[in-house]
Amino acid sequence: MDVEILSRIQFAFTIAFHYIYPPLSIGLGLIMVIMEGQYLRTGDKVYETMARFWTKIFALTFGIGVATGIVMEFEFGTNWATYSRYVGDVFGSALAAEGIFAFALESGFLGVLLFGWNRVSSKVHFIATLGVWLGSMFSAVWIVVANSWQQTPAGYHIVGEGMEARAEITDFWAMVFNPSSMDRLSHVWIGAFLAGAFLVLSVHAYYLLKGRHVELSKKAFKIALGVATIFSLAQLFTGHRSADGVAVNQPAKLAALEGHFDTLAPADMYLFGWVDKENQQVTGLKIPGGLSFLTHFDFEAPVTGLNAFAEEDRPGALNAIFQFYHLMIAIGMALIGLTLYASWQWWRGKLFEHRWLLTIFAWAVLLPQVANQVGWFAAEMGRQPWVVYGHLRTSDALSKVVTANQVLFSLIMFSIVYLLLFALFIYLLNKKIKHGPDDQDLIDQRPRQKAMIPE
Amino acid sequence: MATFIGFDYPTLWFLVVGAVFSGYAILDGFDLGAGAWHLFFRKEQSRRIALNAIGPVWDGNEVWLVIGGGALFAGFPHVYATLFSAMYIPFMLFLLFLILRAISIEFRSKEPMLWWRKTWDIIYSVASITLAVALGVVLGNVLQGMPIGADKEYTGSSLAFLNPYAILVGLTTLALFMMHGAIYLLMKTEGRLYAKLTILLKRGIIAFIVLFSITSLYTLIYIPHLSDDFRSNPALFVVPLLAFLSIANIPRLASKYKFRQAFFFSALSIAFLLILVAIEVFPTILLSTTDPAYSLDIYNAASSEKSLGIMLLFAAIGIPLVSGYTFFVYKTFAGKVELDETSY
Repeated sequence: MDVEILSRIQFAFTIAFHYIYPPLSIGLGLIMVIMEGQYLRTGDKVYETMARFWTKIFALTFGIGVATGIVMEFEFGTNWATYSRYVGDVFGSALAAEGIFAFALESGFLGVLLFGWNRVSSKVHFIATLGVWLGSMFSAVWIVVANSWQQTPAGYHIVGEGMEARAEITDFWAMVFNPSSMDRLSHVWIGAFLAGAFLVLSVHAYYLLKGRHVELSKKAFKIALGVATIFSLAQLFTGHRSADGVAVNQPAKLAALEGHFDTLAPADMYLFGWVDKENQQVTGLKIPGGLSFLTHFDFEAPVTGLNAFAEEDRPGALNAIFQFYHLMIAIGMALIGLTLYASWQWWRGKLFEHRWLLTIFAWAVLLPQVANQVGWFAAEMGRQPWVVYGHLRTSDALSKVVTANQVLFSLIMFSIVYLLLFALFIYLLNKKIKHGPDDQDLIDQRPRQKAMIPE
Repeated sequence: MATFIGFDYPTLWFLVVGAVFSGYAILDGFDLGAGAWHLFFRKEQSRRIALNAIGPVWDGNEVWLVIGGGALFAGFPHVYATLFSAMYIPFMLFLLFLILRAISIEFRSKEPMLWWRKTWDIIYSVASITLAVALGVVLGNVLQGMPIGADKEYTGSSLAFLNPYAILVGLTTLALFMMHGAIYLLMKTEGRLYAKLTILLKRGIIAFIVLFSITSLYTLIYIPHLSDDFRSNPALFVVPLLAFLSIANIPRLASKYKFRQAFFFSALSIAFLLILVAIEVFPTILLSTTDPAYSLDIYNAASSEKSLGIMLLFAAIGIPLVSGYTFFVYKTFAGKVELDETSY
């Protein structure tokens, strides 16, 4: 295999693995802020117990998120040196801003969040939790801005010719608020809230099914259900805005997402289907004129198809892009149905009476994770063959001096380490869940005392 | 060209990147150094105390690496691209051990089994050692220069990073961090571990001074271009002199058990040594051994003035903020380590 395909596999693999964890940190952070806020408001110790319990799980996800995140930053230089030269002036400033304004905030307060329970007051601890959560939210801002700039570049000009060409910033705020930033950011944030909320729902549904920590779990479940219901619905809106934006700014990508080959009026939208790239056909269940309506609010309007673009400017893996995109939407709809039904049961006072509903929630933790992953895949594969849309091809972005053997070595290394890491994560997560919220934690150790050392 | 307080933007950004990497070396330096000593502590309780001495802060210390990497990428993209692709293997190993170290700290205390804890102890310590050496090896290659062509691309072989000078700088870095880490642990511990560390620190100081002397001599004899600036401007000799004085202060203060002050001076020594490095390389960052005309300096490798201006503003706002959180965290966890139920 050549350097390009190996480097692409390595980047895709390392970022997909990384992307399991930051959304969990952002989502759990929100829920921990609510739990600690409830504790400060009501003084009910049960909220403190659940906040402490989720802090321990948060520590696991955060630690792995940081370790795998540094890899991403390094890979721009090691594997994509030409890309780094091309975009450093623009993309680099967003990455630097992430480090200094976001990552520093979250990591700075993390120590207090994890180890400060007995050292600082509840209020200061709440502020630390809020700081960590806001830091993780800001991280998402800069990373999504940097990525969105690759999708819809703005606020720059190109200087130099040929292989010397590079982008230089002309308008910082135009770069930050490029045409897709805000839609994609809100979509990513909400995806993260759902990932966190559904983990909380899953764990507490499991306790309720087992009859453990019942009082605490009911309260925690309701907090997470509230978050999940609001944001499942909101995700429909941000998803629609993102698709609208893609239609305007990246028509070839929209055509790939929908498997739309010829510029037709009306253009149909598929609920599900199978893309036959050879014969340029999609077989499946469709809404006639749906795509026209989505993009132009008119069932009869023509929508640009893939064939309007030169062969070398079209994304390649059409069926995969189509399936990933449609799977994301299907999961989004399922989450809306599930959370609305559960909220209705809550309103009727029968939320915890259906074992089958709790069983679904115990497993539903996988859904937002899958949706987040396939959504990114669709977004990134749909951008191909460009790494900076319309300017720099992925095949031109590689490091010129790195050999296939070097990348193969690192790819194998990452595969082994990440498999180990994932196995340990699942093992320890499972162990923490089995152990459950600790009543021991409720013993108030303030004012500070010399701790006993278990030996 | 735009200037601020008499310096042009690339020079200012060079100072910012240098300051951030110095902050990283001072902060992560002590926790890497503490990790490098880890296997010298035999008792389970000593190991726990040593781990918890860095527990609340190591992650925040790594922030400075991320900021430094971002600052280099954003300010000098050509240096970032050339250096990282040239040093592919050392950087990949660095990442590997960075991950292993993070998870060993996180996972070690999660199971009581002896084999489990011993395994993570070994991984933690080996990773800490490797990271310190790898940082030094990359620095050694930067100091020495590397073959770079007219197109700013590295032209050497992928294993050329392993050369005697780079290895020597790597070992010196390890010894420096171990000395720094031992002093930090002495500030945070008491009793048996403290007594053991006083002995270890002595060995660390000797090892560092020996290695540092060899490196200095080697540099003067075999890499003369690094002392060019000093020959042309003798006033700069004040920096190595200050570095020497602050290093000399460490054994003096350590023998009086004044470890807080000794820590201050080991931090200061790291800062002076990096200022020394900065003077040696400035304004060239990556020297081309093929033809000095192909070298990457702060001008031909820099981002546009507009971009540097924006980021200087970021740095002016951000670095005090980051220093503020850092100060708050260190203040919260000041004093000797006390183990409790939130400890590792």
